[in-house]
Amino acid sequence: MELCRLSIGEALHLLRTKEIAVPELVNDVFQRIDAVDDRVKAYVSLTREKAQKEAVAAQKDIGSDADGRLLLGIPLAVKDNLCTKGILTTCSSKMLSRFVPPYESTVTSKLIGHGYILTGKTNMDEFAMGSSTENSGFYATRNPWNLARIPGGSSGGSAAAVAADECLAALGSDTGGSIRQPAAFCGVVGMKPTYGRVSRYGLIAFASSLDQIGTLTKNVRDTAILMNIISGHDNRDSTSAPQPVPDFTGSLDKGVKGLKIGIPKEYFVKGMDSEIESAVYAAIKHMENLGVIPVEVSLPHTEYAIAAYYILATSEASSNLARYDGVKYGFRTEGRDLMDMYLRTRSEGFGTEVKRRIMLGTYALSSGYYEAYYKKAQQVRTLIKQDFDAVFEKIDLLMTPTTPTAAFAIAEKTADPLQMYLSDIFTISVNLAGLPAISVPCGFTSDGLPIGMQCIGRHFDEETILRVAHTYEQSTDWHRRKPAL
Amino acid sequence: MKYEAVIGLEVHAQMLTDTKIFCGCPTTFGAEPNTQTCPVCIGMPGVLPVLNRKVLQHAIRTGLATHCRISSYSRFARKNYFYPDLPKGYQISQYELPICERGFIDIIVGGAVKRIGITRIHMEEDAGKNIHESSASIGPGGGNYSFVDLNRAGVPLMEIVSEPDIRSPQEAVEYMRKLRAILRYLGVCDGNMEQGSLRCDANISVRLSGESAFGTRTEVKNINSFRFVEKALEYEIKRQINVIENGGRVVQETRLWDPIRGVTESMRGKEEAHDYRYFPEPDLVPLMIEKELVDEIAASLPELPDVRRERFVSEYHLPPADALLLVSEKPLADWYEEAVTLGGQPKVVANWVMGELMRLLNEDNKSIEECPLQPAQLVDMLKLIDDGTISGKIAKSVFEEMYRTDKSPESIVKEKGLMQISDSGELEKTVADVVAKHHNEVERYRAGEEKLIGFFVGQVMKITKGKANPQVVNELLKKKLS
Repeated sequence: MELCRLSIGEALHLLRTKEIAVPELVNDVFQRIDAVDDRVKAYVSLTREKAQKEAVAAQKDIGSDADGRLLLGIPLAVKDNLCTKGILTTCSSKMLSRFVPPYESTVTSKLIGHGYILTGKTNMDEFAMGSSTENSGFYATRNPWNLARIPGGSSGGSAAAVAADECLAALGSDTGGSIRQPAAFCGVVGMKPTYGRVSRYGLIAFASSLDQIGTLTKNVRDTAILMNIISGHDNRDSTSAPQPVPDFTGSLDKGVKGLKIGIPKEYFVKGMDSEIESAVYAAIKHMENLGVIPVEVSLPHTEYAIAAYYILATSEASSNLARYDGVKYGFRTEGRDLMDMYLRTRSEGFGTEVKRRIMLGTYALSSGYYEAYYKKAQQVRTLIKQDFDAVFEKIDLLMTPTTPTAAFAIAEKTADPLQMYLSDIFTISVNLAGLPAISVPCGFTSDGLPIGMQCIGRHFDEETILRVAHTYEQSTDWHRRKPAL
Repeated sequence: MKYEAVIGLEVHAQMLTDTKIFCGCPTTFGAEPNTQTCPVCIGMPGVLPVLNRKVLQHAIRTGLATHCRISSYSRFARKNYFYPDLPKGYQISQYELPICERGFIDIIVGGAVKRIGITRIHMEEDAGKNIHESSASIGPGGGNYSFVDLNRAGVPLMEIVSEPDIRSPQEAVEYMRKLRAILRYLGVCDGNMEQGSLRCDANISVRLSGESAFGTRTEVKNINSFRFVEKALEYEIKRQINVIENGGRVVQETRLWDPIRGVTESMRGKEEAHDYRYFPEPDLVPLMIEKELVDEIAASLPELPDVRRERFVSEYHLPPADALLLVSEKPLADWYEEAVTLGGQPKVVANWVMGELMRLLNEDNKSIEECPLQPAQLVDMLKLIDDGTISGKIAKSVFEEMYRTDKSPESIVKEKGLMQISDSGELEKTVADVVAKHHNEVERYRAGEEKLIGFFVGQVMKITKGKANPQVVNELLKKKLS
């Protein structure tokens, strides 16, 4: 048995029944990494020795009734923008290429509390800015389904690691689609929770009002298992919500009969990939057979989402990334004087896309332009939120394609940032509105590339989208297919 | 005066809190560099601010005490600029929606009340400190090095912005004194300008008297004592008038007060002014200030200087000038009032406090909080005067002795034998001696020069070392001389 192929749920069961042991599981995952990661390049760094030690310790505690740890011995990967105490955290940037945080992020603290085993930190677009993981300051990650293609981004390393069985599941972050889009491209399940559901403390900020930590898993149940652990208010994050956290696994099997599913017409646009369109329509039809009621709805301000997003996200980024100045930590190039040191450090430490966005954001916030750009974009954001509020009065969730195309080729869009930005066209509105959304595999293109379907829920109603996604998944077998590596 | 100055002050007050504004680090002054820091206040990647509730309460207290409107919806904003002592590359401050707006402070100038408008009060974090050292022993090959101490980064500040209602350096000083008194009454700031707990920037312009339009203003920074408030403003006003008188134009710019040379110098012009690119702080949720919270804080406000001054006048029948002086510092007013409550006659206590007590404190360069003397000791001493045990004159030395030694007035009087001599039998001989010794004066007195009685009293006092009861001496002398 290839243990690395297990889901979290399966592994927990086999560990509990002592059919497998933690060291075996962990070793198998690292063997898999050794076998494929020189091609996939999902990881930035591995924590092999630490993981192996922890595996031995975890095995001793397996099966003791007193142990309430829900992830004991489960090897997971973590995106490299989540701070891990004493473990290199680079954001895939030269700027932080030697940064070792002195503190642990809230989400990984929770995972540690539940006995998880960190396999390593996954590659990403530098500072989470990108849709292909080609903007990594180190190297591009490849799509396990086709190594000539990108895995999506910015959580491309996490998505590829899960798809290639280089971990059982992974954490990612999603600012404009950075979990869902790579999940769709890599044929795994990707969840972006409601803004405020999961603490952002320790997530290296890209755009604070849009960033949300989420999961990349092999099936929807694993998503629910992880959501149970990472959700909840955190005193260290004022924007985390004091909402009660339900048992997300408890309602997975409650069925979908009678749920009203909105199909937003703006998400089925001219020029979109016809294979994607038919796969998603087929999935909707499939759900209809399971008892849901599809309703066509309209989200009229969708076309302004990308423009508003790129103003707000870059504005916040320009400020969030100001701390990388060469003074306190991270990369520094000495200069003649202070200004020269700043200029050299930031010119050399950041990659092209990061610099592009810092400049865009700085411009949008500048006196004389603030009203026309930032203020206006905030107004658009409000309209987009209102679009969703309006449709959620009539329906329970929305179903859309996650992406307009399947994974594109390496270097296909790097020369044209705008084309790259458009690959997030179906995911960005969700971040602007702060809603929860999940991408689940719903088919393959004729080239054998995965296709993702997105379910968008009401604020803090992850339960419904998890239930629908789970029901769909359990009646199909797209998620069982594995790439031939 | 041909010209009139128009002045607005921006005061930064460091709030009295145990911990910083957005993290749990202590705010103690003077610790070893970078020992009072954590990932949040040094701006590590991924950290988030969480507002210290005390900071909000202090800001609301100050707003209420200065008659401001307390916003029901308030937001933090980021002020973006690069500087080594600013670890995040932005300062978390407030911009569009400050916590308090549109208030005022009344000051007294030339005996009349003048109202100075408060534009706004907002909360923000302090920056750290750069330390520049030039030493061969530091760093590779020696040379000039700069260090950053982030202990102060994240210490809570209030910025209190006045309307341009101030018309002279003296008014500015009065405004600062009054503001400082209010902050100290509220317990929100220790008001220590030397340690930088209270810092002041001034916007200044001049115009021809009677004109309504403002002249071009300059901003003067780094004014860090009451003396410098006056000096810096006087200098800048004169400078601007000179420029105009010589046919020039005042340039809009930021100037720095150099306290050593006593001049303001250009720091940066309008063109070099920072674009701070303010935008709402996305890491902190907007503040919804409920009326209940404001009411609760309003109910907990102490009696403030203006109200207390009026009460001192009406309740203790003090002259307004006395009351004004006594309420200028809460601990002083508290000291005074305790003495009165213990039975001291209000005006008599006021005289002792404003006279001897202030004199001794000033001599020792001590504040009223450091006063070694208790109000009860003064009251005990006043009783000794009232019952004739000591004379008012002797009392001054008893007072000073109490202040220096912390002994009770009774024991000082006993030890030093300062008891007043009221026994006429005991004094009669001295009086007789004095009269016998000064024939000339006796004759002149008897010839009608009655004011010479003072001379005779003085002689008796001299011999008795001030212990004689002046009233008894007077009577005895009059009898003897008639």
